[in-house]
Amino acid sequence: MGKSHLDIELKQLHDKTVELFKLVNSQLEKGYESLTKIDKNLALEIIEIEKRVNSYEIMIDRDCENIFALFNPLAIDLRFVLAVLKINTNLERTGDIAEGIAKFVKNVDANFDLDLLKQTRALEMFTAARNMMDHVLDAFVKEDADLARMIFTEDEILNEINKSANGVFAEYIRNNPDNIEQALYLLSIIRKLERVGDQAKNMAEEIVFYIEAKVLKHYEKIDPSVL
Amino acid sequence: MQKIESKNVNFYYGQTQALKDISISIEKNTVTALIGPSGCGKSTYLRLFNRMNDLIENTRLEGQILIDGVDIYEKRINVDDLRKNVGLVFQKPNPFPKTIFENVAYGLRVNGISNKQLIEERVFNSIQQVSLWDEVKDKLKKSAFELSGGQQQRLCIARALAIQPSIILMDEPTSSLDPISTSKIEELIYEMKDKYTIVIVTHNMQQAGRVSDSTAFFYLGELIEHNTTKTIFTNPAEKRTQNYITGRFG
Repeated sequence: MGKSHLDIELKQLHDKTVELFKLVNSQLEKGYESLTKIDKNLALEIIEIEKRVNSYEIMIDRDCENIFALFNPLAIDLRFVLAVLKINTNLERTGDIAEGIAKFVKNVDANFDLDLLKQTRALEMFTAARNMMDHVLDAFVKEDADLARMIFTEDEILNEINKSANGVFAEYIRNNPDNIEQALYLLSIIRKLERVGDQAKNMAEEIVFYIEAKVLKHYEKIDPSVL
Repeated sequence: MQKIESKNVNFYYGQTQALKDISISIEKNTVTALIGPSGCGKSTYLRLFNRMNDLIENTRLEGQILIDGVDIYEKRINVDDLRKNVGLVFQKPNPFPKTIFENVAYGLRVNGISNKQLIEERVFNSIQQVSLWDEVKDKLKKSAFELSGGQQQRLCIARALAIQPSIILMDEPTSSLDPISTSKIEELIYEMKDKYTIVIVTHNMQQAGRVSDSTAFFYLGELIEHNTTKTIFTNPAEKRTQNYITGRFG
């Protein structure tokens, strides 16, 4: 039997989501490059890509709405469309974060102090966040729930760097009072990268929900009496 | 005690086995949807509950069907009494060539009720229960054929309700109706659940989702899966169920 109309619509939705993933991941990749080299042109490119990301978000939202209204998807199809609807929002927010980082790069006066980058582990964190996003895309394309689950572990490194940031930055500022502005910019970038980790984790939860019909979010942080 | 229980039911049309080892329990005051492709045995199964299949020659049942704990295929069972308790609504509205009033009164009269006041009371109540009263109150003496298809189907449901059954069986009750009439019947099913136990055969997945508490999926005479409707339509356990409800069967 050939592919049904619904199959074709779902495939198109899948492909558009993958395209959005690639756009957002390219923003993060360029973000890393622009941060390490203070490449303001690249930063402007990231800001420009954000417009496409926003358009994709609207298009995917609209496609999900149409599929709900016209095809009444059920079971795994229903879970797929629900998951894409949420992943779409997560991706758009990740794009916003990348844009935010690009704006810092655009505004910073000189290259970041290498000591500052090293001590705060900002680049290590950036690489970890990018890897997470690559793995989320991989899990989505391969429909691999185990791969999605690995993302929860990867998020731990981001949380660890984020938690230790206050102390590290305080010490750096005490020792380098003439470079407070850069330190503050970088602290903001670290906070944003931590949110990239959260978004990646949310997307991983949606992928597991879509494939296995298991709800992982808010693990142990729920009031069972409400459910 | 379960309202309806079938235990290891096999059913044969001659040499052909139409149902294979079906065991289902149905709770009182619930709506159960039977779904599956044409020829899967769901209508045959539905019609076992009021022994409509008895009317077909050369059929045979094995296993048990219990209603309120009583095996309805025992010799001592009076089939007329059983059918008073288990009403059936068909796919196409089938009003009798009588007035609207007489259609609903028919079941009462053939069951020997002659008290005019009682008949009138039951007829009016039944018509009100199916939300048809406002539409027919001024033409009760007109032919039932003057009603629209949707109104005729609600009249047939009223006819079933008039003899005060506890179970209503519905065999694709909206397949010949427009969306508005369908929605009225679905609302009615939802409201009737308080008083009756309802089993409905439907080909419309969304209808099963909207009206039923539990859903049973049949395929080639077998019960593949029976679970809450929410589970069946969001995360069915069986691949065959998923393929059917998502339209990828075969």
